Amino acid sequence: MITRVFAIARAEMLILRRNWWLVMATGIMMLFALALTFAGSAPSGALGVDMLTVSVASMTTLAVYLAPLLALMMAFDTIAGERDRGTLALLLTYPAGRGEVLLGKLAAQVTALGIATTLGLGTAGVVAALSGGAGEQSVIALARLIVTATLLGAVFLVLGFVLSALAKSPAAAAGLAAGLWLVFVVLFDLGLLGAVVMDDGGFFTRVIFPWVMVANPADAFRVWNIAASDGVAMVSGLGGAAQMLPSWAAPASLLLWPFIGFGMARAAFARLEP
Amino acid sequence: MDKALIIRAASKYRGKVRVLNDIDLCVAPGERVALLGHNGAGKTTLMKMILGLTPLSGGEITIGAARPGSAAARRDTAFLPESVNFHPTLTGREQLTLFARLAGGGADIEALLDRVGLGEAMDNRIATYSKGMRQRLGLAQVLLGRPKLALLDEPTSGLDPLSRQDLYAIIDELAAQGTAVLIASHALTEVEAQTDRIAILRQGLKVADDTLANLSRIAGLPTRLRILARSGQAERIADETGGIRINGTSVEIYCDADTKMMELRRIAAMGDAVADVEMTPPRLEDLYRYYAKGGQA
Ligand SMILES: Nc1ncnc2c1ncn2[C@@H]1O[C@H](COP(=O)(O)OP(=O)(O)OP(=O)(O)O)[C@@H](O)[C@H]1O
Ligand SMILES: [Mg+2]
Repeated sequence: MITRVFAIARAEMLILRRNWWLVMATGIMMLFALALTFAGSAPSGALGVDMLTVSVASMTTLAVYLAPLLALMMAFDTIAGERDRGTLALLLTYPAGRGEVLLGKLAAQVTALGIATTLGLGTAGVVAALSGGAGEQSVIALARLIVTATLLGAVFLVLGFVLSALAKSPAAAAGLAAGLWLVFVVLFDLGLLGAVVMDDGGFFTRVIFPWVMVANPADAFRVWNIAASDGVAMVSGLGGAAQMLPSWAAPASLLLWPFIGFGMARAAFARLEP
Repeated sequence: MDKALIIRAASKYRGKVRVLNDIDLCVAPGERVALLGHNGAGKTTLMKMILGLTPLSGGEITIGAARPGSAAARRDTAFLPESVNFHPTLTGREQLTLFARLAGGGADIEALLDRVGLGEAMDNRIATYSKGMRQRLGLAQVLLGRPKLALLDEPTSGLDPLSRQDLYAIIDELAAQGTAVLIASHALTEVEAQTDRIAILRQGLKVADDTLANLSRIAGLPTRLRILARSGQAERIADETGGIRINGTSVEIYCDADTKMMELRRIAAMGDAVADVEMTPPRLEDLYRYYAKGGQA
């Protein structure tokens, strides 16, 4: 089984390298991370934290949008594209089971995303540290950011697989992926914000809201990075909701989601007739 | 278990439409069976059911002793899809290496690609391959890992005449090593010469399944005898044999398999009046027309 998963992962990795996806994703990550680091360099002295901390805070906000976007862009075509090209039927007649096919493709795509995140955010972090200083705390915060951003990407990779298995065509899968991104990353927070405003500090705001929020992997990612670092929390000014939750809530959400999503993708893929 | 593939009463509904209707079909190891039928008759659907890609609505299929789609069945089965396709950015060698790793055998990739005539192009991307080259790559993956059952869906489509001969040589090799081969095809003349048995589907129904000789006998299609007469004798021969004059010097008679020898003796008895006799038994094309139209010649 391992050799088959590995074989699929190797071929997938080759394709991601060949079609420039890896280079583009890394480039986009690096570009935005560097831009944000320099745009956010002003308040560092005022708050009394080093520049890397400020940079990590800005990059956390960036990664909430960018990691899911890149992941979905890569994942939406995974099954729908193979089916559309007519390569899926033949692949599925080989001894690799459908779970192994998914696992192999996921392994390659997570690796690619990990490389893009590490190089992209890492470069910006190094630049920030060189120009404005870094402490032990802020270096740990950067490492945590890179790992959790990759994890967040993995969540949206498997969610992209679900859409890719359900959609009738790659175009439909792309549309669904765009919708999914909008819901999880933008509309969900807007909706919650609206509810909190209407509730006006009532039961919902104090008890339910933090849990609903952390159930969204994108928010769990934000909360994890902010709650774990006082410096980052201070700079981003978003510590409030995070403090109402036990410290395990956000990591649990972000770590559970890839498994839930993979199970859903596996189920959707099982019903697909190539 | 002496059959490589057993299909019993297999049916398939698509919505309310019955695409396949109670199909029975067996293929023995080393046997080459042609699966014929009009467009949309259900040939590809039947193959996908054997592969476990499409679920059955009724009946059962066993490959050796395994269910369609089970790990054992997938290990023992090779498939060449109709209009086969691969990932365009991989090279032929990379694609075949992937399949070889999935099949779990240590196949000699280069030798295989050489065997199907892709030796020169194996390190080019598949995007640059012609249709026939993709078809050859598809054939190469069939040869990985000594399958017990090979399902070939229109394997000669897109191949040039020489490549077709190569293909049938490869199919013969497969059959000789004990692989049961099921070939869906529209190329009747090729199939006629290259397979042991012929099954014909018509609108999801199996209307014929036998050797070419037996099918001819059952259909009772006539053999054509064309007699070339010596000058001036055509009229007399036509009168005596009850045949039809088709031009100044030739007469045609149609006879059954049973009366064929009698007719020949009669013609031989005419002595010098007959210059030559040409005998044409019913071809697969005639048989196909007969069975595909539902029993009318
Ligand atoms: N995925 C599908 N969904 C709905 N109907 C289908 C599907 N695949 C095939 N069919 C229908 O099943 C019938 C049989 O199709 P099939 O592809 O098996 O024919 P075929 O014998 O292979 O034809 P051809 O010679 O053109 O390849 C057709 O009527 C077709 O419309
Ligand atoms: Mg077909």
